[in-house]
Amino acid sequence: MKRALLAFPLALPLALLLAGGAAAEPPQSGFALMAPETQAMQRDDTANPGMLWVQEGEALWAQSGCTGCHGDAPGSMRGAASRYPAWDATRQAPIDLAGRIEQCRVDRQGAAPLEREGEPLLALSAYVAHQSRGLPIDPPEDPRLAPARALGEALFRERRGQLDLSCAQCHDDNAGRRLGGSPIPQGHPTGYPLYRLEWQGLGSLQRRLRNCMAGVRSEPYAYGAPEYVAIEAFLMVRARGLALETPAVRP
Amino acid sequence: MARVLINLPRSAKRGELIEIRTLIQHGMETGYRPGPNGVTQQRDIIRSFTCLFDNEEVFHAELYQAIAANPFITFSMLATASGILAFTWTGDNGFAQTETRALTVT
Repeated sequence: MKRALLAFPLALPLALLLAGGAAAEPPQSGFALMAPETQAMQRDDTANPGMLWVQEGEALWAQSGCTGCHGDAPGSMRGAASRYPAWDATRQAPIDLAGRIEQCRVDRQGAAPLEREGEPLLALSAYVAHQSRGLPIDPPEDPRLAPARALGEALFRERRGQLDLSCAQCHDDNAGRRLGGSPIPQGHPTGYPLYRLEWQGLGSLQRRLRNCMAGVRSEPYAYGAPEYVAIEAFLMVRARGLALETPAVRP
Repeated sequence: MARVLINLPRSAKRGELIEIRTLIQHGMETGYRPGPNGVTQQRDIIRSFTCLFDNEEVFHAELYQAIAANPFITFSMLATASGILAFTWTGDNGFAQTETRALTVT
């Protein structure tokens, strides 16, 4: 009963946000749709290849001097990933976790920028996000993020590409059904950066979004584009309450 | 140095069958794929994996192109005495890495 009362103020804005969408069922991580073998792979930290990047990120964290300001990541970074994308006051724009790591390095440390989707930035993002594993996604109540979330939702519902499909047509309207042989997940960003068996490597949410965009034969935005941050800002509100899984494993 | 994850029990009872699991970060480039410039990329794979227990070979595997990136190898061993396990991966382009773990048998 207490749970239902608590859920109410959260559920209401979400319901308004999704008005017109068919997503009446509670949000569910793509983890639930995976084969038991893949689930076991993600659960076991010694079999989850994503942990190799987390290990790398831990070394980079110490080596790049992150400890100087932030101390030990397990304490200081716990919960950080569950609140991104956040508002960045200096740039007057929303910023994602990888963007924040990058900004911290370039602006505060005077270090050379890391390449988006390059191994070092993926490793650092995975290490930071891993500290929030198990915590519920908790997007900040920040009105400055509203325009980005609205843009993200518009992009999510916009039909695109030669196949003329929107994200919502698969991930809202047909979630849980199958596309070819594969189940269609609801499309919640719960475990990024994640290890995808198809990629045989770790990849970010932006890489995954590009995948779907190319899949419907539309031109993906460049890495780091504000559109991706907007989509992520919307997806995180949509996935509110789901537990973070970084590093997740997906087929 | 490639990142490695090795999982084995710290200690085991004499005569117990223990499971050892290893995971190593490696791209396992097959040598059949064209690169972004259209030229076939050179093969770069791990060729062999060996586990020595106090310098005696207890497990050996040969790896080929069809094995996915970041090979996960698991095997079991009969714990007879305390000792040092040495895991060695060798491969193309002079790839060689050795990790050691201690096993205590009671």
